[in-house]
Amino acid sequence: MPDGIALAIWILGLVGGVCFVTASLIRGSFLRYFFLNLYVLLTMSADLCRQYILRSFGINSPEYYYLYYYTDCLLVIALFIAVISLASKVFVELQIAKFVRILAALLLVGTAGFSYAVVAQSTERLSTVFAYELSQNLYFVGLVLTYLLWGAVLKLQETRTRLVQMVLSLGLYFSAYAASYALFNVASKYQVVQYLGPLLGCFLPISWSLTMMRHSEESRLTPARLVAVPR
Amino acid sequence: MMAAFILAFSLLTLLMFFVSYCRSLTASSLHSSLTEEVLDVTGIKAKASGSDYARITQLLQLCPDRPRDRSSLHIVGAYYSFLNMLDQSMSKLSPAVHSWAEEERAGCAHFAAVALGRRIALNREMLAQQSEL
Repeated sequence: MPDGIALAIWILGLVGGVCFVTASLIRGSFLRYFFLNLYVLLTMSADLCRQYILRSFGINSPEYYYLYYYTDCLLVIALFIAVISLASKVFVELQIAKFVRILAALLLVGTAGFSYAVVAQSTERLSTVFAYELSQNLYFVGLVLTYLLWGAVLKLQETRTRLVQMVLSLGLYFSAYAASYALFNVASKYQVVQYLGPLLGCFLPISWSLTMMRHSEESRLTPARLVAVPR
Repeated sequence: MMAAFILAFSLLTLLMFFVSYCRSLTASSLHSSLTEEVLDVTGIKAKASGSDYARITQLLQLCPDRPRDRSSLHIVGAYYSFLNMLDQSMSKLSPAVHSWAEEERAGCAHFAAVALGRRIALNREMLAQQSEL
């Protein structure tokens, strides 16, 4: 990827993150959406660390290799927790938020156990392979959970605009990321495909910050309008 | 083969989330009714229709910009273009698509008209402030 474009995308991601955290603080919603803010803050820190190591040691160095996979694993865990925090908000009125959190913890431990079992069978028992495997599996679990969460939002006729738009942004992000990953496998020869992943990484903080700035916690919408094709 | 299947499936879900996201944007303006000024300026009788959208966006460009509305207007604009494309390509195959797309375009027009109302109000405030000076 040419340096200029990569740098522009990197700056865009950072600006998006700063906007979201600032908007949360100004709107007094930092603690209400703490895990979303935590994910964005961790993303920004990881981006800064990666950039520093990249400039100091180069892209092919073992330092960058280790840092990339470990931070990636950490970020996917943070994103998973962010999805669960949104799920707890959706299910809070059914008073099963605690059950959802316990289930999520079990899911996290189960995914880690499964990843370990996969890595343990391979000849290279490296911790980086485990980190890579865990990120891939957690990413998939997060994607499935987001779809389930969207189903729950529709079923429970959720009306909180902020919550609905944050879940929708996650759905858009996961779908677009899965599509770009598949597209990379199908058409990796086209250079434009390489930009999709990093660009999509900027989408989530930008979209969340727009939601945070546009709507107050009291904003409500008509649930019937959310279904793509009304029944 | 597997990658192509994942691509097709994720594009479908992407489309579903995109439509829902845009509907959540337009739904947020449904509670706001159009002011007399907006009805006068745009020529809308009582309820905005899809064909009003182009005229409303032209009027929006004449008013001072409101940064808070900008991004959502861009997204709704993209959704409107998508609906036009869908209508042109699919309405002959299924008339239900045409009526659905028309209803959605009316929602986009209403959203833009509400934004126009806010910009007109902002314009008036600015004029009042200038006359005070």
